[in-house]
Amino acid sequence: MSTNTYDAIVIGSGISGGWAAKELTEKGLKTIMLERGRDIKHVKDYVNANKAPWEFPHRGGRTVQMEKDYPVLKRDYPLNETNLDYWVNEKESPYVEIKRFDWFRGYHVGGRSLMWGRQSYRWHDVNFEENAKQGIGVDWPIRYKDLEPWYSHAEKFAGISGNRDGVPILPDGDFMPPMEMNCVEKDVAARFNAYYKDKDRHFIIGRTANITKPLPGRTNCQYRNKCWLGCPFGAYFSTQSSTLPAAMATGNLTVRPWSIVTKILYDKDTKKAKGVEVLDAQNNQTYEYYAKIVFVNASTLNSAWVLMNSATDIWPDGLGSSSGELGHNLMDHHLGVGAGGRVEGYDDKYYFGRRANGIYIPRYRNLNGEKRDYIRGFGYQGGAGRDEWGRSIPELSIGGAFKDALAEPGEWNIGMGGFGETLPYHENRCYLDKNVKDHWGLPVLAIDATCKDNEMKMRKDMAEDAKEMLEACGVKDVHVFNSEPVLGRGIHEMGTARMGRDPKTSVLNEWNQVWDAKNVFVTDGACMTSAACQNPSLTYMALTARAANHAVEELKKGNI
Amino acid sequence: MNRRDAIGRVALIMGGTMIGAEFLLSGCKPGGPATMTTLFDQDHIAFLDEVADTILPDTPSSPGAKAAKVGDFMTVMVRDCYETPDQDIFLKGFGKIDDAANKKFSKKFMDLDATQKLALLTDLDKEQQEYSKTKKPKDPNHYFRMMKELTLLGYFTSEVGCTKALRYVPVPGRFDGCIPYKKGDKAWALS
Repeated sequence: MSTNTYDAIVIGSGISGGWAAKELTEKGLKTIMLERGRDIKHVKDYVNANKAPWEFPHRGGRTVQMEKDYPVLKRDYPLNETNLDYWVNEKESPYVEIKRFDWFRGYHVGGRSLMWGRQSYRWHDVNFEENAKQGIGVDWPIRYKDLEPWYSHAEKFAGISGNRDGVPILPDGDFMPPMEMNCVEKDVAARFNAYYKDKDRHFIIGRTANITKPLPGRTNCQYRNKCWLGCPFGAYFSTQSSTLPAAMATGNLTVRPWSIVTKILYDKDTKKAKGVEVLDAQNNQTYEYYAKIVFVNASTLNSAWVLMNSATDIWPDGLGSSSGELGHNLMDHHLGVGAGGRVEGYDDKYYFGRRANGIYIPRYRNLNGEKRDYIRGFGYQGGAGRDEWGRSIPELSIGGAFKDALAEPGEWNIGMGGFGETLPYHENRCYLDKNVKDHWGLPVLAIDATCKDNEMKMRKDMAEDAKEMLEACGVKDVHVFNSEPVLGRGIHEMGTARMGRDPKTSVLNEWNQVWDAKNVFVTDGACMTSAACQNPSLTYMALTARAANHAVEELKKGNI
Repeated sequence: MNRRDAIGRVALIMGGTMIGAEFLLSGCKPGGPATMTTLFDQDHIAFLDEVADTILPDTPSSPGAKAAKVGDFMTVMVRDCYETPDQDIFLKGFGKIDDAANKKFSKKFMDLDATQKLALLTDLDKEQQEYSKTKKPKDPNHYFRMMKELTLLGYFTSEVGCTKALRYVPVPGRFDGCIPYKKGDKAWALS
């Protein structure tokens, strides 16, 4: 066997790539995981994880130079001094915005699994069925029952803390013990759940990929709330803390950083992929790697990019483009809308520890026969806490009394923001712009996507419902925020190589196989046929494990 | 800040968005000179230490801003995180404070005693608060608001501020959602 030949190739090392590597190696496949960026070693390379606030020269903030260097990242909260090295170098890797699209990327081993928000929710059959029932996009080729055992598989291994709330729309999972609500959240939850008892609205603790009991090699959450610096305790799920050690333990995994996959090598005689071409990001040499199966997990937009660059002698628009849907139907969750306010009567209550989790209100709109002037729905995430030293104290100006007052906690407040479903619009898409090249001379993606009427109508409810619900729970001085929706900002890109039942209208089949090359599997956000409103990563984990299992079975049967 | 904090509880300072290369969340512009280091000298730092220590002085419960080296911190922030127009405003603030000191006490700011400094800066804080009430986003920022903001930020994120004024627990190890609080108990240093 040549040193460049493996049983399986995994492109990308983020959440879904790590899962693909784990599942395939555990089933005995010699696997190479190709990562376009640098390596980041678990714990050792989390260089800022144990720093105190005063060890950062700008105390975590952003400098003028950082804003110049990161013109995309600066648009929202991710640009900061504490984990700057985890975000993509925008000068090296530009993209073209036909319309504004905030693309926040991490090019390194672990990808965005290092910085992700960790909220982990199952889908419900409603989510899989709505496309077909409403004539939107195409029908999902699977249903909840197809994914249910794989959700359990993913939850048990990754470690998801959550409460078994029995909310019909949000199936309970195989959870670790839930995190606790604080005093105000508990009381608001009680009022909320009583007030909306007959309306099937629920106020629950978030379900998060932070472990509350130890797992092999991992310590339970220490409540530092510094997850996105990398966790020295391995307390949240990341490639580094979870899937990578498991894959390495099999002895079957090779990780190759600095490996930009430029194309999948397609063999027109066998109608299958035979491997991939890699551009070494450091020495600019080209290498080929061969395998029986290829898992594409480069993240939604970059997975589309790899496919578009492949087999162009057969299909001008790339491998998987025969349906005309490759790169299309780009989705995200739209957010930046919600409400907050003050809570009175808890001055004698406080909390200890920094919980890396919040509260969740699952979708309740357009269910059980309700029909709004839009379709689908949204959920809310938020939390309560006491004001800190940054607050203004109207009766005090400067001086000793002012300082001592700021050193005490202020009033309680509670806030929540919506995550809304976006529909799959064919015209929301990405494509190759061959006139613009990146640092390595490769064509870049152009992104052309926007929110439309359905999302805009939904946002009115997202704002008004938040206000109404907080007021119903006794929250004072409720203020609403509703910013212009920007796609990408949800950091939940999905849909550029959707699954479907028909090769004429979808890129992937029910097992995430590219219709045009059955030994190529796409199991990251690209495969999503619709977006639902739940945070999507847990679903990618489940889909990846399911597809990997199928791939190995098909390999054994000699079908691929 | 993490995603949840960004979504649910947008942190503001003194009831508004912080001045500078948006420490928190707001609009932002490119630019800014690279060689600002020479713009501040030791006298500036000493001056800013006095301003900061007047805003947040020693009290029986914790040391003041000078002990936390807030003057030095301010120069780093103005150098690295302020756009050129804001840097200019900040630099002119030294002269404006001296002018105000001259007018009120016929002395330079650094020659005032602690009571006079407090009286003077209380006036200036009133002035900036009045100004901020009607200030439109494009109007120039007020130098004293900058100094006050940076003092608060510098102090409460410093080692002195975190460990002496506030309670600093780097590894809590557990979460208790509901504990008793009595007036006077210090806040936690991190959220």
